[in-house]
Amino acid sequence: METWDLLRNVWFLLIGVLLAGYSVLDGFDLGIGALFPFLAKNEDEKRTLIRAIGPVWDGNEVWLLTGGGALFAAFPLAYATVFSGFYLALMLVLFALILRAVSLEFLAHDPARKGLWEAAFVGGSLLPSLLFGVALGNVIVGVPLDARTEYAGNFFTLLRPLPLVFGVLGLAAILLQGSTYATLKTGGALQERARKTAGILAFAAAAVFFLSFVAVWVYLPGALKRTPAWIFAGLVYLSLGLVGRAVRKANDRTAFIFSSAAFLALWGVAGSIHYPNLVRAADPALSLTITNASSSALTLKVMLIIALVGMPLVVGYTIFAYRVFKGKAEPGGEGY
Amino acid sequence: MDAVFLARLQFGLTAGFHFLFPPTTLGLSLLVLIMETLFLRTKNALYKDVSAYLVRILGVVFVMGVSTGISLEFAFGNNWAAYARTVGDVFGAPLAAEGVFAFFLESVFLGILVFGRKKVSPKTYRLSAFLVFFGAHLSGLWIIIANSWMQTPAGFRMEGGRAVLEDFFKAGLNPSTVVRTVHTILGGWTTGALVAMAIAAWLLLKGRFPVKAALLMKTSLAVFAAAAVLQLGSGHAHSVQVTRTQPEKMAAFEALWETQEGAPFTVFGIPDAKNEKTHLAVRIPKMLSLLVHFDPNGKVLGLNEFPKEERPPVFLPFASYHLMILFGLLFIALGASGVWLQARKKLLGARRYLKVLLWAVPLPYLANELGWISAEVGRQPWAVYKVLRTSDAVSAVVPAGNILFSLTLFTLIYALIGAAGFSIILRTVKRGPGDEQAEAGKGEV
Repeated sequence: METWDLLRNVWFLLIGVLLAGYSVLDGFDLGIGALFPFLAKNEDEKRTLIRAIGPVWDGNEVWLLTGGGALFAAFPLAYATVFSGFYLALMLVLFALILRAVSLEFLAHDPARKGLWEAAFVGGSLLPSLLFGVALGNVIVGVPLDARTEYAGNFFTLLRPLPLVFGVLGLAAILLQGSTYATLKTGGALQERARKTAGILAFAAAAVFFLSFVAVWVYLPGALKRTPAWIFAGLVYLSLGLVGRAVRKANDRTAFIFSSAAFLALWGVAGSIHYPNLVRAADPALSLTITNASSSALTLKVMLIIALVGMPLVVGYTIFAYRVFKGKAEPGGEGY
Repeated sequence: MDAVFLARLQFGLTAGFHFLFPPTTLGLSLLVLIMETLFLRTKNALYKDVSAYLVRILGVVFVMGVSTGISLEFAFGNNWAAYARTVGDVFGAPLAAEGVFAFFLESVFLGILVFGRKKVSPKTYRLSAFLVFFGAHLSGLWIIIANSWMQTPAGFRMEGGRAVLEDFFKAGLNPSTVVRTVHTILGGWTTGALVAMAIAAWLLLKGRFPVKAALLMKTSLAVFAAAAVLQLGSGHAHSVQVTRTQPEKMAAFEALWETQEGAPFTVFGIPDAKNEKTHLAVRIPKMLSLLVHFDPNGKVLGLNEFPKEERPPVFLPFASYHLMILFGLLFIALGASGVWLQARKKLLGARRYLKVLLWAVPLPYLANELGWISAEVGRQPWAVYKVLRTSDAVSAVVPAGNILFSLTLFTLIYALIGAAGFSIILRTVKRGPGDEQAEAGKGEV
């Protein structure tokens, strides 16, 4: 039993790592998508932004697929409850992601419907950026589950205050990722605009984070008794402060690094207040936890081997690819 | 309409649409790898231009595949929550492994193929081409592992109504994994190669880029002809396996109502499951027994051996299985005539053959879809063969109305991106491989 418990804890952590990896990486290209009309003011600037994310966005999105797959494999009962329970909301996320994925390719090759694909790119980036946080907020604050641990709410149950604040917080963090990455990858007026946006967003994210802390204090008072939550909250503020400072000093790389650090620290807060729950139920006795929702010890072990063999390779060649495409993005050249 | 039917329709539609793209990726990534390898060996820039041409098409196809693939991974939770709860302990791992081992590899290095020609050395570029090829095929392997486990589950035990993993390798390498993987990959090579042949044929017919078009035609013909012939063998092996492991599925494929020694192969017929008869049947005596048992008098189980509530539908598996075989034989003929023309040095000018190639493009796609339909409808009424019924696998909390809503939107969105994607691929094809003027000076290869 002891190994099994250890494996469950490891998988709680690893799924957190996959989702955090997804937020940091796909976060910047979602953020650039959502900020697209505000940042890019002419065709050249638009092309530059698209080329800044063109070579890497689909690799980034694989983090979501892998995170989803890992949740399915490690905690199938939680995966089943959330994905069927949040059906309509997740369908909206899916439609958005589908349209967004093709829009990046189509924007370059289908000039006749440029407006349509641009709208798909912006909307398809904005909607998931908001809804991811809403979904996370719901499983953290708790949802009605019945005796079979099936979701007993409806679409509107999902739109309660804490989840909505979490949604806005996630959006703010993603926009910050997007703007700091845009600053890093562009030059001239576009870069100036992105930098200015990043400064404002760092401040906005700090404000929304405060608001969500208040929401947690109101709706989940017990959660704040946990020391790690406070430590990670401190790290969120420290990182956001350093983003602000780096933006003022035009240290673009530092700004992106601390924006990413802030996102990771946010996941630290979420994990600290949520552990060992996966889906908190309105009736705590029905909550899906890492114990009652997990796969067998053997499956968790096999999965761990897969992760230990595979993920270092993934991180290695992902770093390689980012180094290949380092430096400023240009509006012309190969590809799109 | 009930929720089970709608959930199946939605999965069928989304998986069927998705399944247009990965096979193309398999075939095109092989051709890109061949071109890059030849380029590295000969330093002849013609290969590079042809490869770059294929990479542009591959890029669009890959994006279509990615965007339509995400919904399938989520579908097991969205629409098939009872399935996820019952078999997630076994079924989830291959999906996660696909992400970790294959999909990252494919996506990251495709980024380098599409955007990085000038940013990496030729050797690194070729390595990237290999890794995209490798990642695409590995990705296929993991997905087929998952699918094969639904067909011929192994390596698990049932505990409190849930499947629990007992042996990862037995579950992964279950009785149908290897043969189904080979069959699907060969289907992909046939598809990608025929697409490439049709593109080359179109360029030749238009008199554009004759040298590069010839190069593309010969290479893809070699792949196509070889894959089509090998497919006969893999298809045969697959049928033998189905007879052994899912006899009622083979009985449905062949509309074999009664167990027979010396069972015939039904070439044509209209199966009527209600009356357990095949109308207008044209049969080759003893052929089925010979094919699946290497013995003209071998015993093949008929549908009568199985309780009615455990029989698959007959008409759809029968029709799709037979049409698939017909297309497979057509591909062998198409490949052989190409090789014959090429041997007599008449291929590039054989306008009739080139025109046939243009019209043949939909056929491998149809063959892939038909094979998939026969495999999955033939698996019914089970989601996991003899473990979980499809009707027991759906999400209890998703009402039919919600599925109707998502199904409608999937249909609209897929129609939109399908049309746009197709027109973009056509445009990419029409641009041709590289600079039109520059080719004039270069010699024959």
